[in-house]
Amino acid sequence: MNAPTPIRFHANVRGVLANPVLRASFRGAMDFLMARRAAQFPAADAFEALRAQGEQIRQHSLARLPELLETLEANLQRNGIQVHWAETPLQACRLIIDLATRAGGDLVVKGKSMVSEEIELNHALEAAGIGALESDMGEYIVQLAGEKPSHIIMPAIHKTKEDIARLFADKVPGVDYTDSVDELIQIGRRVLRDKFRDTRVGLSGVNIAVAETGTLCLVENEGNGRMCTTVPDVHIAITGIEKVVARLEHVPPLLTLLTRSATGQAATTYFNWISGPRRAGELDGPREVHLVLLDNGRSGAYADIRLRATLQCIRCGACMNHCPVYARIGGHAYGTTYPGPIGQIVSPHMLGLEATQDLVTASSLCGACGEVCPVKIPIPDLLLQLRQQSQGNAAAPLLPGAGRGRKALQSISYQLFAWLYARPALYRLFSFVATRLRAFTPARQGVWTGSRAPLRPAARSLHERMKSRAGESCA
Amino acid sequence: MSAALNEAPNCPRRYPAKPTDVYLFGTCVLDLFDPEAGVSVVSLLEREGIRVHYPQDQTCCGQPAYTSGFPDQARAVAARQLPLFAGDWPIVVPSGSCGGMMRHHWPRLFADDPALLPLATSIAERVLELSEFLLHVVKPRWPRAGAAERVVLHTSCSARREMNTHLSARALLAQLPNLEVVLQDHEAECCGFGGAFSVKHPELSAAIASDKVDALEATAATRMVSADGGCLLNLNGTLQKRGSALRGEHLASFLWQRTQAPA
Repeated sequence: MNAPTPIRFHANVRGVLANPVLRASFRGAMDFLMARRAAQFPAADAFEALRAQGEQIRQHSLARLPELLETLEANLQRNGIQVHWAETPLQACRLIIDLATRAGGDLVVKGKSMVSEEIELNHALEAAGIGALESDMGEYIVQLAGEKPSHIIMPAIHKTKEDIARLFADKVPGVDYTDSVDELIQIGRRVLRDKFRDTRVGLSGVNIAVAETGTLCLVENEGNGRMCTTVPDVHIAITGIEKVVARLEHVPPLLTLLTRSATGQAATTYFNWISGPRRAGELDGPREVHLVLLDNGRSGAYADIRLRATLQCIRCGACMNHCPVYARIGGHAYGTTYPGPIGQIVSPHMLGLEATQDLVTASSLCGACGEVCPVKIPIPDLLLQLRQQSQGNAAAPLLPGAGRGRKALQSISYQLFAWLYARPALYRLFSFVATRLRAFTPARQGVWTGSRAPLRPAARSLHERMKSRAGESCA
Repeated sequence: MSAALNEAPNCPRRYPAKPTDVYLFGTCVLDLFDPEAGVSVVSLLEREGIRVHYPQDQTCCGQPAYTSGFPDQARAVAARQLPLFAGDWPIVVPSGSCGGMMRHHWPRLFADDPALLPLATSIAERVLELSEFLLHVVKPRWPRAGAAERVVLHTSCSARREMNTHLSARALLAQLPNLEVVLQDHEAECCGFGGAFSVKHPELSAAIASDKVDALEATAATRMVSADGGCLLNLNGTLQKRGSALRGEHLASFLWQRTQAPA
């Protein structure tokens, strides 16, 4: 599989833009998700109040992150949940492979987890001789196709039902082509049900981890998450260190913001509170529960106060649904686990700024992402800060690759800009000359005229017009 | 209309009483590419009895460097503008994005400069985007007549999300008789300009602009109106390249042309 990488962003973009089917289907899907969300927040005032609360909860959690993580660990352990810390994706994969091997599992059945995508767990398991089966329908489709999710909430949103029908007919034994959505879902369901019964290890993500109670919260719609976390003997949960909140009362506001922003649902079909393994005398539930807490650059985002708000994210995906760039290119073109605006601000912490230098500039700063963010992450401001760090123009950057986006021509252009525009007399001379040369306006002006007519100065600048106007009124 | 005005989530701004004098920050885009719009601002305001001061030493708000990650260069340019607007008159800016830069980002640029911060903050508080200044402060009485026309309004992202003035342009146009103002599909979406974005990511910018122009053309409006020079450069360039008859005009030019008494 030749997976896109963020380094090849421009080439990825050209590839996707040339595919009208993909563009139309993404546009339609984003319109649908935007309408679903809008219906859940009919009153702007109520939304503003709720998201201010969400922002405060997340800021409060991050302000106390180190101690909350210690409290979380202690309370999880008290509940019988074993806690493991992983600094890198490699460490996280090794931990999970060890746990699965000890459980005697040759297959891990997975609920939806973007962090497991982030660490590329399926590849690591496969390399260790352990199978992985995605049980979320969207993830199952993407796995069958040998692809990555193109959206953090709707992993297979880039696929039409006809794509899925062909995929199932090709890849699932004994299945004939059908593009009936109900039948396709039933096919997936049959395959997965059998696996849940026989598999020793289930894996899931975590939406919110509650420090005071040692509880893991998991939101889902298909019931597969509950199967993964209750049927197999061993449940392994994995999440990023930023997902912790202090108290149980912090969960309901975040939950309502999450589900309404993500899928336009007032509540999801399933909400799982995971508070430990099967207790003595209980008839079901896993015998072991583990939590893997992953850093992978998050502590760096925490340490740079200018970028810390990145970690407020609750992974609802609303920013991508509302992004004019994401709506044109979908998730794969970004070449990162997390696409769209949230991916543009979080990926530099995971991959460094050198690999992601074209992502931080891939925004018109229109602000649609910040406007819908349920926890008020100032995404455009964070992009500005990342651009400064990428150009080597921010003090004491912590991000690896800072300064690597600097290109000589661009730096000289802005130095020239500052030199000219900070000298008013010289600037007026420049605009005088530019307007007098208007007849010689070049027909080709670099990439600008690729899709636009040339820029042509006016006959006289506003400066000149205002000067002669002043002369008139004095006369 | 009043229901639409209530869409704005932020608290309403407190507007000053109608002043005798204002500054005009003409913006670098209008200076070189659409000075007619700047002159129209002056004409509109003088007709309402307001004296317009246009400091000849003004150049640019510094936004191109700022949004590209060059804050020092942006600061050098912005610092030269500050003393030009030191009086206490309102500063009228015929552009949402330059207005947003001056209102929100200048105080940040000078946050560590105790000598310039007070002036930057004072300017930020006095910056008014043209449409909000006309609607809420000047409150012009428009002529009671005008030819029937259908126009489409494009509001910039900065007007919408930084200045919260996307509805004031609409409300102004709604005051004009015989004028039908239509909304395009995906009205709230960016036109794809984004300053340096349009040259750093030309394919993305073009794709977004192309969809925007499709939506504008589909309204069958005779003219497009916008209060933002940057969006107009991008949209008019795209319209012209594809041979469309539709063109965008700055709100100031449109208002001035439409409301002049017959000579």
